[in-house]
Amino acid sequence: MLAEAKVELELLYQFQQGSMEAFEALFRDHQRAVYGWIVRIVRDPAAAEELTIETFWRIYRAHARFDSARGFGAWSRRIATHAALDWLRRRPPENAMPADYFAELPSPQTADFCMADEMRRKTARAFARLSPKLRVAATLVVIEELTHKEVAEALGISVSAVKLRVFRALRLLRKDLEGQGIKP
Amino acid sequence: MNEHEQEPMERLLRRAMLPVPNDVEWGRDLWPEMLRKLDEKPMQVPWFDWALAGGVLGLMALFPASIPMLLYCM
Repeated sequence: MLAEAKVELELLYQFQQGSMEAFEALFRDHQRAVYGWIVRIVRDPAAAEELTIETFWRIYRAHARFDSARGFGAWSRRIATHAALDWLRRRPPENAMPADYFAELPSPQTADFCMADEMRRKTARAFARLSPKLRVAATLVVIEELTHKEVAEALGISVSAVKLRVFRALRLLRKDLEGQGIKP
Repeated sequence: MNEHEQEPMERLLRRAMLPVPNDVEWGRDLWPEMLRKLDEKPMQVPWFDWALAGGVLGLMALFPASIPMLLYCM
């Protein structure tokens, strides 16, 4: 156990010094986790692959600033969150949900059939119209059911700021749906 | 909207957009693409670094007396 920790620390030190071998080892160890995190935010598997590469590109460029005391996982997650946010900001709101979103992500086995399909679509579209920073907080807290603390660490903001973003996202969503005549 | 009204909105959103499954499909190793990107994008010096360097050189050319001060600051 101690030997493993030593090897990990050495790997992180080598990465910080700019070693390509160490970067490759970290990439292989963490690519799946980074992809899994990004796909939760952008909800588009193809874009998540692209953003995983972008995240590691940013990680590679920032290797000298890496603080091994904070751990690679948390650091990569924060960079991944910002890469995903940048991508959402570049994307027009009407394209915020991939065209095949309903076909792919909510699997038919788990979807709630009691809720009218049209109502789900309207809610998802209204959600897509929210600003990316509100949408990301609400996606991770409400849909993915992560803790406020986890989301705060990934976004680099306080827990109360996360709570505020979620609250504002839900309030705006409610207003939007009410404007369409839907009473949640 | 108060906390009491927040809950129905959370439920509505959860029903409309399901979470991504933990075993989300993961097809391939992305390392070959990463290597391609590393080859494509050589380290670029940001434009403001060039501007800063130009400004410092200009300052040194116009005011040679500032050179010791700049060296001291470095």
